[in-house]
Amino acid sequence: MKLPLSWLKDYMDIDGLSVEDIARTLTFGGLEVEEIRYAGWPMSASGAKDMHSSQRHEFKTEGIAWDREKIVVAEIREVMPHPNADRLTLCDLYDGTQQHTVLTGAPNLFDYKGKGKLPKPLKVAYAKEGATIYDGHAEGLVLTMLKRAKIRGVESYSMVCSEKELGISEEHEGIIFLDDDAPVGMPLADYMGDVVLDVKINPNMARCASVLGIARELAALLKRDLRSLGDFGGLKAKGDFATIEITDPTLNPRFVLGLVRDVVIKPSPYHVQRRLKMVGVRPINNIVDATNYAMFELGEPLHAFDYDVLKERAGKKPVKILTRVAKDGEKLTTLDGVERTLTSMNVLVCDEKGALSLAGVMGGAESEVYDASKEVLDAKGIETKEGQPTIGKASVRGKSTVNVLLEGAAWNFINIRRTARQHNLPSEASFRFSRGVHPAIADKGVSLGLKLMAEWSGGTVAPGLVDSYPLPPKDPTVDVTTRDVKRILGIELSAQQIAELLSRVEFECNVKGETVTVTTPPYRMDIGEGVVGLADVLEEVARLYGIENIPTTNMADALPPQVGNPVHEWEERLRDLLISVGLTEVVSYRMTSAEKESRLLSGGSETHQQIEYVRIANPITPERNVLRRSLLACVLEAAEKNVRAESLALFEIGAIFLPHKNELPDEPRKLALVMTGRRIASAWDVKDSPAYDFYDMKGRIELLLAGLQLSNVSYAPPAALPKKHRDDVSAVEGQVYHPGKCAEIKVGDKVVGQFGEIHPLVKERYELGASPVLAAEFDLAALMSAQSGFSLTPVAEFPPVYEDIAVIVDETVPAARVEGLIRQTGGKTVTDVRLFDVYRDEKIGAGKKSLAYSLTYQSPDKTLTDAEAAAIRNKIVKRLEQEVKAKLRS
Amino acid sequence: MSDQLNDIEKAALDALDAVTSEDALQAWKTAYIGRSSPLMLVFAGLGKLSKEEKPVVGQAANRVKVALEAAFEERTKAVKDAALAKSLEEEQLDVTLPGRPAPRGRLHPSTVQLRRVLDILAEMGFQVYTSREVETDEYNFQLLNFPLHHPAREMQDSFYIEAEGRGDNPILLRTQTSPGQLRAMREYAATNPQNPPPIRIASPGMCYRYEQITARSEIQFNQVEGLAVGENITFADLKGTLTDFARRMFGQHARVRFRADHFPFTEPSAEMDVECFVCGGKGCSVCRRSGWLEILGCGMVHPNVLMNGGYDPKRYTGFAFGMGPERQAMLRYRIEDIRYFWGNDVRFLGQF
Repeated sequence: MKLPLSWLKDYMDIDGLSVEDIARTLTFGGLEVEEIRYAGWPMSASGAKDMHSSQRHEFKTEGIAWDREKIVVAEIREVMPHPNADRLTLCDLYDGTQQHTVLTGAPNLFDYKGKGKLPKPLKVAYAKEGATIYDGHAEGLVLTMLKRAKIRGVESYSMVCSEKELGISEEHEGIIFLDDDAPVGMPLADYMGDVVLDVKINPNMARCASVLGIARELAALLKRDLRSLGDFGGLKAKGDFATIEITDPTLNPRFVLGLVRDVVIKPSPYHVQRRLKMVGVRPINNIVDATNYAMFELGEPLHAFDYDVLKERAGKKPVKILTRVAKDGEKLTTLDGVERTLTSMNVLVCDEKGALSLAGVMGGAESEVYDASKEVLDAKGIETKEGQPTIGKASVRGKSTVNVLLEGAAWNFINIRRTARQHNLPSEASFRFSRGVHPAIADKGVSLGLKLMAEWSGGTVAPGLVDSYPLPPKDPTVDVTTRDVKRILGIELSAQQIAELLSRVEFECNVKGETVTVTTPPYRMDIGEGVVGLADVLEEVARLYGIENIPTTNMADALPPQVGNPVHEWEERLRDLLISVGLTEVVSYRMTSAEKESRLLSGGSETHQQIEYVRIANPITPERNVLRRSLLACVLEAAEKNVRAESLALFEIGAIFLPHKNELPDEPRKLALVMTGRRIASAWDVKDSPAYDFYDMKGRIELLLAGLQLSNVSYAPPAALPKKHRDDVSAVEGQVYHPGKCAEIKVGDKVVGQFGEIHPLVKERYELGASPVLAAEFDLAALMSAQSGFSLTPVAEFPPVYEDIAVIVDETVPAARVEGLIRQTGGKTVTDVRLFDVYRDEKIGAGKKSLAYSLTYQSPDKTLTDAEAAAIRNKIVKRLEQEVKAKLRS
Repeated sequence: MSDQLNDIEKAALDALDAVTSEDALQAWKTAYIGRSSPLMLVFAGLGKLSKEEKPVVGQAANRVKVALEAAFEERTKAVKDAALAKSLEEEQLDVTLPGRPAPRGRLHPSTVQLRRVLDILAEMGFQVYTSREVETDEYNFQLLNFPLHHPAREMQDSFYIEAEGRGDNPILLRTQTSPGQLRAMREYAATNPQNPPPIRIASPGMCYRYEQITARSEIQFNQVEGLAVGENITFADLKGTLTDFARRMFGQHARVRFRADHFPFTEPSAEMDVECFVCGGKGCSVCRRSGWLEILGCGMVHPNVLMNGGYDPKRYTGFAFGMGPERQAMLRYRIEDIRYFWGNDVRFLGQF
């Protein structure tokens, strides 16, 4: 809601307050000022008049102040042709003290050119030499200072201004014609300088979507008086120009009609047009402008019908207005020329012939008040198509005056909201109706609208209103106790103090002992009943008391039992381990596409279509239309994005999403790792370091699992495992890894993850470098549940015996099998087995390999002799010979 | 004989003066005090001398031996010192050459900031409570006092999940961590429905909103939600707790202020600003010249939410607050573009 301060001043005195004071008060009171836009209003010296230093809040500020000396009201007395240019004119202008000849190209002066001395001078905004204004010809807002110049041989040092030049609007088609009563010589800033606050209206502040609404709030926050509104003619419900029938009062609790006769449609006075522009609405004509003006002033949206059209439709019968829900499939051409197909959710304003308007959202084309000489716009300022279909009945159009029937109604806000969304018709009216407009203000809105229309059109207000009010809302009454205020807000207030605060926002308060019984004022819809109502009212107490004034205390309440979050804590430990082995954490979008993930499948695109995904119903782009099923796919994409990096070691921890038809999906958490590129970064003394391979990844995994204190870890080619285990740990089917360079990781007999080199065909689908890409995936639940207790190996006191043995075995014998046999046979005395060489050679024989181990023999309770160590060694060698046909290499 | 010893001494010392290397030292030692050196030959010849001459020559030879040995020690030290000085002078590295990088992993800046927030809250007794990312409309909105078709829903456009037959309870990506409030309250209340225990939790996690991805808005972001429920919790406690939090997070002198605001699931609601830690409140580009930074939204838990969670609003009160770690990280590290967070560019991630 844009609030011109000049308009606010109609309702309250703001003397002694700077613009920033006002903006700050509103902001702290829950009406955040998002921007301050100056249009001539003098700017306050920044910060000088701050009320509270802790509330210093500068605002986004735009616009200019008008120099009081240099920009004044003036009058043009005669418009003369320029001697050398057809498109320029010379004006004989008087600024209150002096006569000037002013050069201008304004097209709206051409009509007056060469007509001699004007019988009624034109009042204009006049800027003198040295004045700072906006450049009317520049794109956007560019400040410029008026300088003396010669244009086509005529000296120019001053100008008559357009709205754009003064920062009022974007309008630069012509100069401003001020209202006839503008006092010549008065500084323009004093006459019409203004500043507009852009106020954010939260849903609980719907009552503030009007000048009166904000003024009421500001007056309460500042403890100032609100100026009385008057009753706009004091119309009573006794009009006889129409009848009303409401079918469903829950959808339409009130409907009010008023009538103005003999309206001459013409532009509104300039000060009205200017205010409308400042609140963001285009002025149309005095009728449309009056409905908008009244809406912005009081918050009640109005709708004007052409009464003559309605009378003609009614034939001999009196005009009767009905409101009802539409029939499914019923059609209505709205005044934007669009034929809309309605549903039974939409409420219509009708007469006995049929639908007239889409209630609370947009008028219908036929009954719209129509000014034949002007373009057609809707009552809310939405521009409509040119070349309209025939609107209304030709027989009643084209008259010099019209009779206007004015509607002010109350609607169910949910219904209006859904209708406005369904038809994609956001408007100032539906903004208000969809947040709730109290039925009690409908007659006030109509009365003001009628008054303004008559005033600006020369029409006559018909006596009385027609008012149907079948469902007046009960304004909630809530009991607030001093104990409630203490219990919830933490402040001690007496019942009198509570009543004083709430009276400021016009709650009716009755104090009885420690209880204040408050009744909601009849214009707000945000206060509930019972405990909810209490919370609503306490919010008002807090706001008016000042949230800044509430003390800060520490919770006296008992600390709940501290249960911790073992899963979260474990995950954080995992992160620390991962970065300690040199991996960098990435975080990816959870939303992806099946196509992107399908790259991880050897089967390619045929396969991915069979995969069930959690699908987004309203994706922002087709590239993010499902939730990921593979965390590894995300980390591979991250690697792809960094393809230029020499070396990458990345990990991500997070959920993947497995669908359950029409139910909430599973969200198992995963860990994925990717490594690729050089093992050691190139440097001045490191050239061509080898690329990461399988064993780099395996080394990281071993460190990680050791860091998690996991014991009994084993690695085996995945083919050795039943297929169902693979489904548990891989989000996608298919061969992700090179079949000869991958392994499944087990803790005990439980699979916790798998890793390996990415399959060459899979790698081809990613834009990755030449180096092998290593990847790993873990299921976090499986990994965490594999945790066992920590058991410390005592640090040995007696000296160890070290010995190396090398055995020759077939290539097919896995190293893990040889090591397992050594450990098994060696028992507790063999405390360490470390493979230090793998050797292949012709002398050993084709299909053979030599595995060299460094063994550590150690006893916990004595110093081992060489002979004892040798005995164990012989047992080991014998076992290896038996089990894997190993030969000791001498 | 004493002349001969004097000659030996003089020749030896003269020769020692010319010695400048370890090798020459050894050669000198062999030549002048070694087993077959002239001096040693004098000692060897002592037996052939008369009783009177023997002690005289012996003493004189001994004096020469001690003198030469001392001179040798001195010279040895000098040679070593010279060699060391020479090597120290010669072995000069170009200290400006880059050091060898040791590989180091890094946490994502969101994780870093999440941890900071959660660590501070943990010390204040708020325990981590995590809950699901895909939610029902009921938990994400309805139970949080966002009725169907309520205007407040407009503030949070949602991503919906394809699902049929769910009527007014569609599945969506959570727009806030607040559904965790309900899940926690219901979980706690179930342990003792007549006397539900007090709650103090912090819920971190990813949230999603239907937005265009720009420098300032993202479709996913982390949130940390705090919730305290008990029989004795006031708005003043909310202010005190969050003021303490801000001091821990932004420094002991951080000033905060509270402004009235609106959230459907709290009432009264407020926005907490902290004085801009970049400019100290003078106004700069980070705070957009306002001197203040919007840090979190907060308020007293709405009675409907308490009721939906199984807590009687006549007996229990509570407060809740929510903040965005990415926004905090943006302020802290002057990150101008939120798209960096999920861009996964190691040139960005490597800086933390």
